Amino acid sequence: MTSPTTTPTAPRTHMPAKDALAAVHAARDPRDIVITTMTPARDWMLLPQQPLDLVLVPSAMGSAPPLGLGLALAQPTRRVIVCNGDGSMLMNLGALVSIANARPANLVLIVFVNGTYEVTGSQPVPGAGVVDYPALARAAGFESVHAYGSLHEWQSAVRRIIAVPGPTFVALDVEQVHGQPGPKSPGPARERARQFMQALRG
Amino acid sequence: MFSSEKIRTLLEQLGVTHVVTVPDSTIGRWQTAIEERGTPRLVRVCREGEAWQVAAGLQLGGATPLVLIQCTGLLESGDAIRNALHDFGLPLFAIIGYRSYLNQDTLPGDTCLVFTEPTLDAWKIDYRLVTRPSQFDDIRPHFVACRDAGKPGAILLAEGKA
Ligand SMILES: Cc1ncc(C[n+]2csc(CCOP(=O)(O)OP(=O)(O)O)c2C)c(N)n1
Repeated sequence: MTSPTTTPTAPRTHMPAKDALAAVHAARDPRDIVITTMTPARDWMLLPQQPLDLVLVPSAMGSAPPLGLGLALAQPTRRVIVCNGDGSMLMNLGALVSIANARPANLVLIVFVNGTYEVTGSQPVPGAGVVDYPALARAAGFESVHAYGSLHEWQSAVRRIIAVPGPTFVALDVEQVHGQPGPKSPGPARERARQFMQALRG
Repeated sequence: MFSSEKIRTLLEQLGVTHVVTVPDSTIGRWQTAIEERGTPRLVRVCREGEAWQVAAGLQLGGATPLVLIQCTGLLESGDAIRNALHDFGLPLFAIIGYRSYLNQDTLPGDTCLVFTEPTLDAWKIDYRLVTRPSQFDDIRPHFVACRDAGKPGAILLAEGKA
């Protein structure tokens, strides 16, 4: 009987999720569309807001990457940055394939890998600590794939990474947070959708 | 029931910019014509819930998407429909293949016939059932009426086999 072989993974470093997100906030151009969901949405709302921020609360869990794909296809001259949770990514892994297949050069998908469903009380996601998100993205057909666990390295790289034609995938290993409330809707979603469309029309 | 080119031309005339789709054996035949002409743009996704979400992004971005799926896919799309159509209020339009409606030889007693229409009603999607070729001319006015009213709509297209 053969036993499965595994390669020990190097001990992973983890950065504070809020700081990782703040680096995205600092690097984004005001013309960029930024979609946030789950705890990245909660933390994004603590930072100064822009008209092209789409806080996906409420959401259909898993919907941020395909929503970003649609926006990237409709607005090819703007960069679209999606900040997703790892549980939400797992709920819609096929979206990696759909995105890679459509090849939107202006789409950046960032997954905040905390190994948990933080919003619902930090239960472990399936495959926590085992699933290799960058490998999934590469296997789906993404060509620009990156992973960071060090805040300093992410802060130094983020501007360069989001400037490269994509679709781009970034996995950020972030620290787990326990006991914080989940994101609260910043206002009626219909009204926010209307304002967002107006802002896009300029 | 309708030729690929006839459908493609209609979609182009209606200003549809993107067709977001998972195929079945009826609507899947339209892909070649759409892709050959390049208008509207065909966007292939892996599951139907995703199709509504991609269409939602397209609509928010100022495009005019059409969701093209089988009724089985409608049944798997619930949360995506809830969020796109009813939270964010996006009036998406779909053409939905109605499996086994004309012929149950392949799947006798197909439960799609039990659940499809109540599901469309539950999601408050205003649909027209198209069962005969002569109803081709019903598609355009329904699309236009839904667009003008800013409400979600669908054509439920009767199909003969799975
Ligand atoms: C379809 C669906 N299933 C379950 C839930 C309940 N739920 C809300 S948030 C959440 C966890 C999200 O986890 P993740 O995407 O990893 O983001 P995090 O909370 O860690 O930021 C879950 C399971 C839901 N909202 N929708």
